[in-house]
Amino acid sequence: MPSINDILILLPEVYLVVAACVLLLLDAYLKPGQKGTVHWLSILVLLVGAYLVVSGAPTTPATAFGGMFIRDGVSEVLKLFSLLIIAVIFVYARPYLKERAIPFGEFYTLTIFATVGLMFLVSAGNLVTVYLGLELLTLSSYALVALNRDSQLSSEAAIKYFVLGALASGMLLYGMSMVYGATHSLDLHTIHAAIVGTEWKTLLLFGLVFMIVGIGFKLGAAPFHMWIPDVYQGSPTAVTVFIGSAQKLAAFGMAYRLLSTGMGDIAGGATGLAPQWQLMLAVLAVLSLAIGNLVAIVQTNLKRLLAYSTISHMGYLLLGLVNAGPEGYSASMFYAVSYALTSAAAFGMILILSRSGFECEEIDDLRGLNQRSPWFAFLMLLVMFSLAGVPPLFGFFGKLLVLKAAVDAGMIWLAIVGAVFAIVGLYYYLRVVKVMYFDAPAEGTDVRATADAPARWVLSINALALLVLGFTWAPLLAWCQRAFAG
Amino acid sequence: MSNHLLSLLIWLPVVGAIPVLLAGAGRPGLARWISLLVAVATFAASLALLPAYDAASGTLQLNESMSWIPSLGINYSLAVDGISVALIILTTFVQILVIVGAWEVIQNKPHQYMAAMLILEGMMIGVFCATDALLFYVFFEAMLIPMFILIGIWGGPRRVYATLKFFIYTFFGSIFMLIGLIYLYHKTGGSFAMSDMANVHLTLTEQSWLFFAFLLGFAIKVPMVPVHTWLPDAHVEAPTGGSVVLAAVMLKIGGYGFLRFSLPITPDASHEFAWLVIVLSLIAVCYIGYIALVQQDMKKLVAYSSIAHMGFVTLGIFIGFLLVRETNDPDAARLGMQGAMVQMISHGFISGAMFSCIGVLYDRLHSRQIKDYGGVINVMPIFAPFYVLFAMANSGLPGTSGFVGEFMVILAAFSANPWIALFAAFTLIIGAAYTLWMVKRVLWGDITNKHVAELKDVNGREIFMLGAFAAGVLVFGIWPEPLVHLMDASVARIVEQLAITKV
Repeated sequence: MPSINDILILLPEVYLVVAACVLLLLDAYLKPGQKGTVHWLSILVLLVGAYLVVSGAPTTPATAFGGMFIRDGVSEVLKLFSLLIIAVIFVYARPYLKERAIPFGEFYTLTIFATVGLMFLVSAGNLVTVYLGLELLTLSSYALVALNRDSQLSSEAAIKYFVLGALASGMLLYGMSMVYGATHSLDLHTIHAAIVGTEWKTLLLFGLVFMIVGIGFKLGAAPFHMWIPDVYQGSPTAVTVFIGSAQKLAAFGMAYRLLSTGMGDIAGGATGLAPQWQLMLAVLAVLSLAIGNLVAIVQTNLKRLLAYSTISHMGYLLLGLVNAGPEGYSASMFYAVSYALTSAAAFGMILILSRSGFECEEIDDLRGLNQRSPWFAFLMLLVMFSLAGVPPLFGFFGKLLVLKAAVDAGMIWLAIVGAVFAIVGLYYYLRVVKVMYFDAPAEGTDVRATADAPARWVLSINALALLVLGFTWAPLLAWCQRAFAG
Repeated sequence: MSNHLLSLLIWLPVVGAIPVLLAGAGRPGLARWISLLVAVATFAASLALLPAYDAASGTLQLNESMSWIPSLGINYSLAVDGISVALIILTTFVQILVIVGAWEVIQNKPHQYMAAMLILEGMMIGVFCATDALLFYVFFEAMLIPMFILIGIWGGPRRVYATLKFFIYTFFGSIFMLIGLIYLYHKTGGSFAMSDMANVHLTLTEQSWLFFAFLLGFAIKVPMVPVHTWLPDAHVEAPTGGSVVLAAVMLKIGGYGFLRFSLPITPDASHEFAWLVIVLSLIAVCYIGYIALVQQDMKKLVAYSSIAHMGFVTLGIFIGFLLVRETNDPDAARLGMQGAMVQMISHGFISGAMFSCIGVLYDRLHSRQIKDYGGVINVMPIFAPFYVLFAMANSGLPGTSGFVGEFMVILAAFSANPWIALFAAFTLIIGAAYTLWMVKRVLWGDITNKHVAELKDVNGREIFMLGAFAAGVLVFGIWPEPLVHLMDASVARIVEQLAITKV
């Protein structure tokens, strides 16, 4: 029987489900002129959700429903940043959706439902919860990608995403079934305990491989990255920013729960399958770094460029996970947070610069931005240097931590691979800066920030945060480390 | 106040860039005056280092330390020794002249130009102050961003190629250094402090890997042959101010890096591979000198001559290993190291002055080709003596600062191996050849180009700029004692470290 305590632990999730339902009803009854209310209410809903996450955080990890749901430091960090980033995305999305007459209510409620899925995923203590959270998240995302019904590109992207996503879910589920067969349990902690000393290593390894396929797909790590460029480019940018930022936090959470909590890590000497998955992730990391960075060089579409850049960033995130110890996990989580913030700002910039009938998504559209809007050119410069990992911007410190995690794990070669591809990556980020600063504006285009004031303000804060956090990242790191210390 | 002097020096120009950007949009005059004010204030503050710093002991002084990232043991820690003090004052001095030099020349977005220059200044001073390796790295990389913008916006026709090459080349070198630093952090058990890194025990294999990681980072910055190819491009395309800062200060950061990282952290590998650095330095001195001889473009000529002169810096630093560990002559090692340091400062003045002179000519004729000039002395009688003086200094004429450093390095090299000295001394001939030949073709002779006949002589602003450079070149040429005294004790400490083996 669920006790009141179980419900209290789930309070933020329960609250969000209820709030999303209320928003859905409200949207149906509001007159077209009053739709703006839904926008501000949704942001409020997310902020209250973020408050509930922080205020109700237990001092020691708490579980609900017999270990199905874990509420600990890790889930707290991931949920808080997801909610905040999604609130920011809502601010960016409003002018974009309004000008394209994309249904408001559906966008907000679907995103909030996806957020609930995300929160379950990062709190999962059981294979079933992992799967449920993942499905809620991805099913909502499929619908979001297809939101712009009249656009062929959008429908194509949605179908691609759906087919490949369903396949990956199937793989994941298949892997889970093997793990269940070998350990007779769905509970991640029980699985962990059962793995140490089991004779069913072969079956477990098979299960592990299939689960890593699912994780790789969710992260967008090569060779499971094929969907990323098409979905990023085809989705309405307001949806791309959600897939490209907050969802990476979810993917990290999922990888951590399944691999570390479930399949064993190196902490405490109980290795489980850690040596095996470390090596698999190292391969994924190298492939992602190489494919993401090399293919990004030839892109001319900014959204596609950022898609390939995501792939390479997931390679860096994996460098931290490869460490398979608390230091590595905290480095990875730090990286995920820093990447999510940076990519929210990058896609936010595309949203701000787009306007009715004009998508600012080609790199050339940014030509001479410094002549027209020096302020936004400067913000984009910060974003690009942060993505490239040039100090003193936030992105550099994430890279520093994951490289350090790889060196600590004794994989200096992996750190060197990461370093080499950072140089390759630098080129295409610099190219965006070059277009904005060194090229003259193209004839006949007039790219400028036309979005409403709140969006412009929030974007400014978002991008400046990358500079400020470059100096003051100590508390965030300490927080990440604390989350994995217990 | 004096406790935070170094922080003040770093952040004053950076913070000063903000009002320049905010107030200067649309009001170029205001932007220029604010930036000049900031630059002069920074220079004044850097002069305060002289009384505050005790040159007799040569230790790292004016310490500032603040925990930055407590959980990783990274500190915001600053300190300076005599070498850093000299380089910081060089930086702040050159910066004023760069801002004066850009006064009317930069018409396109002058506020952004000035702001980028000021931020660059702060980052460079940060490099000279940092005693935490990660902090050093942050400043070392951060200064690329303003320089990238400076070359890219205000540069010449091939500026985009040049600035991308500059950025990627430098980043390429330093990222391996970062891996080296992370490895050292791992070895020290969680400290990025340079002093801890110097004390950690390392095998020769580890040292060799680290040595090459550092070499890659700093050799590109210096630049040494064969990784010098970005420099001529960057110099040719950069605006005058960018070239001046690049040559006068940024190149010195490479030499400074060798002193702070390679020597104390990997002494045995540095000894092991000293021959490599010495050979590369000699190639720079001789071969690059010949390349300079055939250049048609004045800026390119001075760029190649910079590479040749920086060869003396690396030669002077690494010859010390031969002298201390093989011929057992620490006094000569000290002389060589001292010469390398004097050469760094002196080259800062001379190369800055040469690029400023070329800038003065370029502003008038919009050409850097030597063949477009000729007979300039007839129309620019005030400008010509400056040009001749700097050219003489560039070719190492006694009485100018260019002579002092090179002479000291050659003397030290002679004690180690007369052959090294012989090759190094080639510079006296080649340097004189390429510089004086350029002077001959630009200043002397008849006026063949009708545009040259219309040239106006330098105005007051330009006289001030060139005069200040000339003062630096002459003062340290005739009376290098204060400069030598400032750095002597610190150099002696570094030379003592050369003998300490870590294996």
